[in-house]
Amino acid sequence: MIKYIFKRILMLIPVLIGVTFIVYFILALTPGDPVTIILGDQATEQSKEELREELGLNQPLLKRYADYMVGLLHGDMGKSYKNNLDVADQIMERFPNTAILALTAILIAMLVGVPVGIISAKHQNTILDRISMIFALTGISMPVFWLGLLLVIIFAVNLRILPSSGFDTSSIAAAARSLILPGIVLSVNSMATITRMTRSSMLEVMRKDYIDTARAKGVSERVVTFRHMLSNALIPIITVVGISFGNLLGGSIITETVFAWPGIGRFVVESIKMKDTPTVLGCVIFLSVMFSIVNLLIDILYAFVDPRIKSQYKLK
Amino acid sequence: MKENKATSFMQETDAPKERGLWLDVWTRLRKNKVALVGMFFLILLVVVSLSTFVIDLVTKESFYNNFVIKQELTEKLKGPSAGHIFGQDEFGRDVFLRIIWGTRYSLLLGVGATIMAALLGGAVGAVAGFYGKKLDNLLMRLMDILLSIPSILLSIAIVAALGTNMFNVMLAIAISYVPQYARIVRAAIMEQKSMEYIEASRAVGAADPRIIIRHIIPNAMAPIIVQATLGIAGCILSIAGLSFLGLGIQPPVPEWGGMLSNARQYMRDAWHITAFPGLAIMLTILSLNLVGDALRDALDPKLKN
Amino acid sequence: MKSENLLEIKDLVIKYETSDGVVHAVNGVNLTIEKGTTLGLVGETGAGKTTVAKGIMGIVPNPPGKVKSGEIYFEGEDLLKKDAASMRKIRGNEVSMIFQDPMTSLNPVMTVGDQIAEVIGIHQNLNKKEAALKAKEMLEMVGIPADRSIEYPHQFSGGMKQRVVIAIALACNPQLLIADEPTTALDVTIQAQVLDMMTNLKNQMNTSMLLITHDLGVVAQICDNVAIMYAGEIVEYGTLRDVFKSTTHPYTEGLFGSIPSLTADVKRLSPINGLMPDPMNLPIGCKFSPRCKYADDRCRSQAPVMTQLSATHCAACWRAGKEEN
Repeated sequence: MIKYIFKRILMLIPVLIGVTFIVYFILALTPGDPVTIILGDQATEQSKEELREELGLNQPLLKRYADYMVGLLHGDMGKSYKNNLDVADQIMERFPNTAILALTAILIAMLVGVPVGIISAKHQNTILDRISMIFALTGISMPVFWLGLLLVIIFAVNLRILPSSGFDTSSIAAAARSLILPGIVLSVNSMATITRMTRSSMLEVMRKDYIDTARAKGVSERVVTFRHMLSNALIPIITVVGISFGNLLGGSIITETVFAWPGIGRFVVESIKMKDTPTVLGCVIFLSVMFSIVNLLIDILYAFVDPRIKSQYKLK
Repeated sequence: MKENKATSFMQETDAPKERGLWLDVWTRLRKNKVALVGMFFLILLVVVSLSTFVIDLVTKESFYNNFVIKQELTEKLKGPSAGHIFGQDEFGRDVFLRIIWGTRYSLLLGVGATIMAALLGGAVGAVAGFYGKKLDNLLMRLMDILLSIPSILLSIAIVAALGTNMFNVMLAIAISYVPQYARIVRAAIMEQKSMEYIEASRAVGAADPRIIIRHIIPNAMAPIIVQATLGIAGCILSIAGLSFLGLGIQPPVPEWGGMLSNARQYMRDAWHITAFPGLAIMLTILSLNLVGDALRDALDPKLKN
Repeated sequence: MKSENLLEIKDLVIKYETSDGVVHAVNGVNLTIEKGTTLGLVGETGAGKTTVAKGIMGIVPNPPGKVKSGEIYFEGEDLLKKDAASMRKIRGNEVSMIFQDPMTSLNPVMTVGDQIAEVIGIHQNLNKKEAALKAKEMLEMVGIPADRSIEYPHQFSGGMKQRVVIAIALACNPQLLIADEPTTALDVTIQAQVLDMMTNLKNQMNTSMLLITHDLGVVAQICDNVAIMYAGEIVEYGTLRDVFKSTTHPYTEGLFGSIPSLTADVKRLSPINGLMPDPMNLPIGCKFSPRCKYADDRCRSQAPVMTQLSATHCAACWRAGKEEN
C-alpha cells in the first residue's frame, strides 16, 4: 500500500512538469513588454535593457522555463511585476482563505447532496424524488455568479442579515457569518452533481443480488441502506466529490470575485487585469498542483473503500 | 472493387438500423414532457436569435442603434415598466432588448466552442484509440495534464495570454473541453476496433482514415451527441463566467455574462438588471441539460431504471 | 393435524406494475412442503419461480412488485399478514434463501466472515466475538478453512462463494431453505460437490427445502415432491414418482422430451416448440395451449382446472385423467 502511494506520488511528477510547462508557455504568449509594465512608459531604453538583463528576459524561453522550475523547487515563484513582492509569499498569505471557503463548500455539498441522493433513490419515481431531481438539475444549471448576486441582493442589501462581501476574521462568529453566502454559492454546483451521482449510484447498487441476500438475512432496512448499499455506492460518489473539488477551486475564482473574498481566485483575476504574469503563473500552477494532490488523495481513498482495488494495489 | 462491395454491404445493413435507432430515441424522448419544454425553449431561442439577424439586416442596424443600444440617461436604472418590461440599465438601455440581442453570442459561441472541442478532442481520441501504443500513451498523458488544470483556470490563462476577442474566448473554452471528447471518442474506438466488421473492412483493404470516419465514428455518435448537448451548456456557462470576470466578451456587446458584470455595481439600486440576464443564462443552461439528460436516457434506456 | 405441512401457499398472485404494463409473474400458485422433505420447483426461465421464492421471503421488490392476493402459511401462520419487523425475524432465521449467482450475491466490500456473522448477530443473542467465532465454524462446515474468514468475496472462486452463501443460509439452522438454482452458475464439476454438500447439511439439520431449478436430473437426485411451473402457474404437482413415471401434463412431457437420455433409445430430442408467452400479455385459456400439440378449441378458450389424479398427484390439463398417453 505504502509502496503504491509512493509510486503514485512519483507518477505525479511528470504531470506537474507538464502542467507547469503548458501554463508557462501559454502565459509567455502574453502580449506587452514586462519591462514596460514594471517601469512604466517613461523609462529610458537603458534602464529597460538593464532590467531585462536582470530578469533574464533576453534568455531563450526554454532556459527561462528551466530557471523557473529550479526556483519553483526551492519555493521561489519570482516577484510580482506590479509591486515586486514575492509571489509565493502572496499566494501562501491568501491560500488559507481559499482553502476555508472551498472546504466549507465541499462540506455543505456533501452534507446535503449525499442524503438527498439516498432519499431520492430509495423513493425512486415518487414526488419527493422528482422534486429533488428538479432541484439538482437547476443546481447544475445555476450560474454561480448570478446566484451570488441574487443572494447578496436578498440577504445583504434587502434583509441586511448577512455581510455582502469580505472575510471578517475578527471573531469566529463573524467569520462564520461571512462564510455563509459564499460557502453556499460555491457549493451549489457540486451539491447538485453529488446528489445526482449518489442517486444513480444507489439505484445501480439497489438492483444487485447481494442486496437481496442482505434482505434475506433479515437485515433491517436502515442497515441494508447504509452498510450494504451506500458502502458499495461510494466509489462513484467519491470520484464525483474529487472532481467537484477541482471545480470548486475553479469556481472559487468567480465566487471570490463576487464576494470580494481575499483568496487566490480573486487574486488571479486582479493579476491578469494588471498583466502581472509571474503572479498569474504562480496562482495557476499552485491551484493545479492542489487539484492534482486532491485527485491523488481520492485515488488512495478508493483503496480504503473497496477491497478489490486494494488487492490490485498489492499485486502491483 | 472488393472494397466497394464491402462498404455497400455495410451501408445496407447499417442504414435501416440507424434510422430505427433514431426513431426509437424520438419515441422515448417524446414521453419526457419536461425535456420537450426544454427543447421548445431552445428552439425559441434559436428562432429569436435568427430574427435579430433578420431585423438587423432589414433595418440596416437602425433598429439596433435606435433601440437596443439606445441610451436614455435620464431614465437609467428604471425598473420594469410597460415600455421596458425588464426595465432599463445603467445607461437607460432596454434590458429586454439587450437580452434578446445577446442570445446570439451565447448560442454561437457555445455551439462554436463545443464543435471546436469535439473536433479537436475527437481527432486526438480517434488517433490515440486507433493507433494505440506509444502515440496513444503520449496523447492521453497530454490530455491528463490538461485535465489536471481546473478548466476555468486554463481558459483564464489562455484568454490572459491571447487577449479577449470572441475567437480567443471560444478557443480558450474549447481547449479546456478537449480532453473529455478525446476520452469518449478513444473509448468508443477501442471498443469498436475489436469488432468483427472492422476486422472485415480491414481485411478487404480499407484505409485507416476511411475506417475511422465511415465506420467507427457513426457508431460512436450517441455518446458524443449527449456529451455535446451537455457540453454546449457547460461552454455557455463558462463564457458567461469569463465575461462576468471581465475576461470574456467586452462591453458594449450585450453578452449575458458581461451584462451581469456591469450590473454588479448597481445591484444595490436596481435588482432587475441583475435578475433578468442571469435568468436567461440559467433557463438556457437548464434547457440544454434537460434535453441532454433526456437524450442520454433515450439513447440508453437500460440506464434509466 | 395440519402441522405436517411446514409451508402452505394458497392462490398466491404476484404482479409487477411497470410503466410498460403489468407483468403477471405469479398467477394463483398453490404449493405445500411437508416437514423434512424437499420440493422441486421446475420450470423455464421466466416462469415465475424466483418470484414465488421472493414472495415467501417477503422480499418482492416493491415497487414495481406487489403481492396481490393469496396466503402463505409457515408453521400455521400467514406470512403475508405479518409486519415488517416480525418478517425480518423469520428471514435468515427460520426461512433462508440461496440465490442463483454466487458471483453477485455476496457484498463485495464486506469480508465473508462479517457477512456470515451478520446473520448470526441479527438472530442469535451473541456478541460480536461469539458471532465471528460461529461464522468461522460455519465456514469450516462448508469446507472452507476458518482463517479465510477475513478475506473478501473477490478472493474466492465461484464454487467457494456459493459455499459461503450456503453457510450464510444455514447459519441459523433454518426450518426451510429456499435454494434458487443454486448450482446453475457453477462449473459442472463443482455443481455435484456443492449439491452433495447442501443435501448432506440439510439432512443433518433436518431442514426442509424448496429447490428451484430447471434441471430435472437434479430433481431426480434429491427431491421428494415436484411442482412443474409454467407462466406463473403450477401445471403439475406430485411425488417424484408421480411426475416422473406417470407424467400427465403435456408441458412436463415436453420437458422430459428436451433432455437426452442414456437409457432410452431415442433418435432425436423433441424440444417444445415456441417460446414462453409474454407475461404482460398471457394467452386466454390454457397458457400452454399455443405450444401444445394436443391443444383444441376448449384449451384455447377456457383455462383448465387442477385435476386430482391420485392422493398425491394432480395436473392442470383438460386431458388429465381422461385418457392414457
